[in-house]
Amino acid sequence: MNKLKSVETRYMEERGKFFHDLKNLDRRSFLKVSAAAMGAAVASGVMPSHSFQSISVAQGSAAFRFAYISDSHLYEKKINDRFVRSLLRAVEDVNNLDAQPDFVFYGGDLAQLGQPKELELGAQILKDVKAPIKMMVGEHDWYFDMGQKWRDLFGKPTYSWDYKGIHFVTLNSVVERDFWTRRGLTPMERMMTVAGLDNGVQSPFSVGQEQRQWLRKDLAAYSDETPLIVFSHSPLYKLYKKWNFWTDDADEVQAILKRFKQVVVIHGHTHQLLTNRIGNIHFHGMLSTAWPWPYAPEGMPELTVEMNRPDPFNPNDGCGDGQVHVHADGLVDKVYSLWNRGPITVSKAYTASWGRQSVPPKPNRASY
Amino acid sequence: MRRISIVSQVGFVLLYIACVSMATILAGCSEQVELTTCDGTGKATVAKNATGQVLADGLMDQWKRDHPDRDWVTEEKERHELKPPADNSALLEGGQAEGHTYGQHDRRDLLLWARETEKFALEGSRIFHSGELLGSTVAVSCDMCHPHAANTHPETYPKFQSQLGRVVLLRDMVNWCIEHPVRGKRLEADDPAMRALEAYILAQRSGAVMNYGKH
Ligand code: HEC
Repeated sequence: MNKLKSVETRYMEERGKFFHDLKNLDRRSFLKVSAAAMGAAVASGVMPSHSFQSISVAQGSAAFRFAYISDSHLYEKKINDRFVRSLLRAVEDVNNLDAQPDFVFYGGDLAQLGQPKELELGAQILKDVKAPIKMMVGEHDWYFDMGQKWRDLFGKPTYSWDYKGIHFVTLNSVVERDFWTRRGLTPMERMMTVAGLDNGVQSPFSVGQEQRQWLRKDLAAYSDETPLIVFSHSPLYKLYKKWNFWTDDADEVQAILKRFKQVVVIHGHTHQLLTNRIGNIHFHGMLSTAWPWPYAPEGMPELTVEMNRPDPFNPNDGCGDGQVHVHADGLVDKVYSLWNRGPITVSKAYTASWGRQSVPPKPNRASY
Repeated sequence: MRRISIVSQVGFVLLYIACVSMATILAGCSEQVELTTCDGTGKATVAKNATGQVLADGLMDQWKRDHPDRDWVTEEKERHELKPPADNSALLEGGQAEGHTYGQHDRRDLLLWARETEKFALEGSRIFHSGELLGSTVAVSCDMCHPHAANTHPETYPKFQSQLGRVVLLRDMVNWCIEHPVRGKRLEADDPAMRALEAYILAQRSGAVMNYGKH
């Protein structure tokens, strides 16, 4: 795998070497080299000039850090190689992190149409991740064979673990009511229906009775003081039903989480910078490696500072991966490592102060 | 593009019902009868002693199997929500229509306009949501990045697209997205597929204020 380096990787390697070499120069030569290199890179159109900024993010008082990759929507390589290259890029990103993250979380929708070959390709690529990896399922992984292949490859979709004083939970929040039997849909037709974000024939997502029961049991042993980090593919709140930016039984799930003093929910599916807080539950979205989604036309959470509308002329713009810096109290700084842009951090201080402090920079190309 | 209009589809169905009664008589007393559907394109086999209703259902089911597209308007609308066209009911009000030959419309006209206009936009919706109909070589369709045509902003054209170095119209950006993210072949301005795509994108932005040049 990975014998072919993407354009981006080659660029990053050259850039890394350039900055490394810089350390060994005196100031005058520095200015010369720097100007020349920057001029060349900008002229060649590889990068806009403003991207020559520091991409190191202060880790501050964080206790530990994990990285995330999400929503790669892989087709088989012979059908579409672009999404494959994007996932390769994300894997290189997390492998290149200065200090390795404690683990890498994969946020769901590894496949586009739940095909065994798509999932196998994804699993193969993710094998190259150096840090331990945790997997979550998305609707695109599930509705061709109802999760059979995904479970064969990655195990149970619902599980929990303890790490450095935090209790982590991963849910399958994309459970849909059976809309296919009555319509006599084939597995592929069912998958195609679910794969359309704006397809109104499918049912809303939910966590479902069974998993809520499991969650209640799983949490029973933990005191209200235990910091909790929950992963769900869809946001565990009700944002915009028509695109399933939504979990139908979100209120019931939130009620189970409510007694805990610090809860962070990290979700995929929305392919954008998205922030919300309901009571003690702080919600953060994840970026996609494949494509960005527009913002919902209504119902946006007040705390969300939108990311700039993506550049249609750059297929990687608005995509990316990121990191989560976990503090000892369980709250997090959420880093959105946007490709072709500077990273944006939504800090613990921002959600803890209900948006009064550490406000992330506002977009200059807001959605409308 | 589809050629069978709704009206002719309804015609077909009526024809079938007429033909069912004939078929019932013809079924006679053999064990199984094979019936040719009235358009001559399909065959249905039914038990010899089938009642009229069973026979009618059998023929209708066969016709439906032969014409999976028969209900495409209803189905497309159910799959992909479309904003409704403008309400013209005010045209039916007021007293000056008396003696004025222009603009004499009744409820049926309004219904026809609404249906036909919606159908035009829905054809665009089908193309917008299908990599196959778009001729994508990478299985990508517009809805993957523009659900319900979000972020297509037809009201902002014409505008200067600096990446293209000139002022462009909506169809130029549609073509750009067809050639690049979708990796298909660009469409002529009067291509039925382009007209349908424009119809859908404009319909979905109903109510937005025209604002040419906005970025
Ligand atoms: C892989 C993602 C992707 C696909 C697929 C895609 N587009 Fe786009 N398109 C974009 C992005 C990103 C923008 C910029 C959106 C913005 O400005 O908010 C854009 C912009 C546009 C615009 C101009 C919007 C404006 O504000 O001026 C139009 C029109 C458009 N797309 C139509 C289409 C059509 C029609 C298709 C299908 C043939 C399509 N797009 C497929 C990503 C995509």
